[in-house]
Amino acid sequence: MLLVVEQFLNGLQFGLLLFLLAAGLTLVFGIMDLVNLAHGSLYMMGAYFAATFAAWSGSFLLGALLALGATLVLGIVLEISALRHLYGRDHLDHVLATFGLILFFNEAVRLIWGPAGLALPLPAWLTVPVPILPGIHYPAYRLAIIVVALLVALLLYLGVMRTRIGMLIRAGASNREMIGALGINIKLLYTLVFGLGAALAGLAGMMQAPILTVQIGMGENILILAFVIIVIGGIGSIRGAFLAAIFVGMIDTLGRAFLPNLLRQVLSGAAASTAAPALSSMLIYLLMAIVLVVRPEGLFPANRR
Amino acid sequence: MKAFTVSKAVTALMLAGLLLLPLYSYLSGNIFIMTLFTRIVILALAAASLNLIMGFGGMMSFGHAVYLGIGGYAVGMLAQEGTGSGFIQFPVALAASAIYALVIGALSLRTRGVYFIMITLAFAQMAYYVASGLARYGGDDGLTVYKRSDFSGLINLSNRTQFYYLCLACLFAVIFLIWRIVNSRFGLVVQGLRSNEQRMQAIGFPAKRYQLVCFVISGTMCGLAGALLANNTDFVSPAMMYWTRSGDLMVMVILGGMGTLFGPVMGAVVYLLLEEFLSQITEYWALIMGPLLLLIVLFGRGGIMGLLGRLNRG
Repeated sequence: MLLVVEQFLNGLQFGLLLFLLAAGLTLVFGIMDLVNLAHGSLYMMGAYFAATFAAWSGSFLLGALLALGATLVLGIVLEISALRHLYGRDHLDHVLATFGLILFFNEAVRLIWGPAGLALPLPAWLTVPVPILPGIHYPAYRLAIIVVALLVALLLYLGVMRTRIGMLIRAGASNREMIGALGINIKLLYTLVFGLGAALAGLAGMMQAPILTVQIGMGENILILAFVIIVIGGIGSIRGAFLAAIFVGMIDTLGRAFLPNLLRQVLSGAAASTAAPALSSMLIYLLMAIVLVVRPEGLFPANRR
Repeated sequence: MKAFTVSKAVTALMLAGLLLLPLYSYLSGNIFIMTLFTRIVILALAAASLNLIMGFGGMMSFGHAVYLGIGGYAVGMLAQEGTGSGFIQFPVALAASAIYALVIGALSLRTRGVYFIMITLAFAQMAYYVASGLARYGGDDGLTVYKRSDFSGLINLSNRTQFYYLCLACLFAVIFLIWRIVNSRFGLVVQGLRSNEQRMQAIGFPAKRYQLVCFVISGTMCGLAGALLANNTDFVSPAMMYWTRSGDLMVMVILGGMGTLFGPVMGAVVYLLLEEFLSQITEYWALIMGPLLLLIVLFGRGGIMGLLGRLNRG
């Protein structure tokens, strides 16, 4: 029982983290029609910035805040210097160019921070277990991730659906020329959206950092997961990304937690423990394949055109 | 059509270079260059097969390296189980790739655009995780192929020169095949589907069936590259089909020139030589390679072949 609740919460936490990453990706994809493989690099940079700033300032929160700003700035610089010129080009060009950016970022990190990973230690007040149900404790930090991510999701929803900027963003997604003709600075808008996406990716990276180590290439595996999520959810749909992210997070976590035991019923111990992680990773791609076969536009296609 | 163009001349030079390479290696005593170029030729074969669906067919597969893995594992697993004959290993590698391509093609071709890119990627990742889970065949760590495919005296794959020429012959055969396909009625239909699927369907061509056949042919060709690659490195591992490898193949095709016959070969040669060259100058070669790719996308439309074509006009 204890294990089930804990793994369920872990799944939720991982799902929400994936949502932060997928939300930025789907915004950029849905609005600028840009396939950004380098989104995972921004996630990695967020983690590296956080580890560096936290060590420098001695405060976890201050470090995180500075890192958030740094990723935002990095995203904006990246958009203005390179990605802006890719809007309207073939998707294949996006894939190739951002693939190049991944190479660049991985190598730059290796040059600056060295090949060994960094650690981002938690402050004491985030390491205590918190009672959530009678007799069941859960790490405060993971709980904090859930709260922060839910808060960000809510803010994002309100921001896109209820504010003037959000209205402009949605308008820009449905008809770029028209909104430009109405006197809105669409370039600035796109830069802001990209910066926002970068900051979300950075936030996801720095929140994941204390749980895993901060290392080169950390963004790549999770980026593919984020892509799976936005494809399942329907490209451009934040609601779809949210639901798909939770779904994928749950499958991944619960699969890893319970599949080895299930498999041990039919396979030998050693075979089960190697096959289980592979199988639970496969489950996600299987899910995506099924969704795409049944609904080629994803579960919640954004209403475009 | 002009009889002489810059791109034709450069292509001919490159092919002559590839043919004469063992002679150079023999004369200069540089053995490493043979190892390097065997790898280049094999990956050029894979890139050429990707070009068939991507350049001519308009199907942007982001999981093409999966066939490298399947072909490679077919050889590796058979060798592990004691079947060393190349006459069994190679047909099995091709058949396995073809069947896999048939299944994922039938499913993936229901989608288009970015969704197609992503679903092919997802299927490749699935295969990657399957391979990682094969405890009997090394799992994550991969599998050493102790004995190269045995063609019972016909050709010796352990002989560096013979193996190089085998790979080169396979590459030329595949390119010849692609040339025949592209100029056949079948190939024209596939290219028509790339330009306008609706119109082709309105004329009465069953679009999906043509695309699927093309997809399977391409996958089978790449499976051959996989079988050769396993023999070249004496090792197969899940990393052969990791998504960055698929990305590498895409880069080679685009760098060389999509939808041209020899573009992918050119792309593979330039990409891999550049990688080799930069990694000798500096440990941080990707720091240069990454932005270089970005610049190629931004300014070099049509890849190297496009560039050479413009040279000719200018």
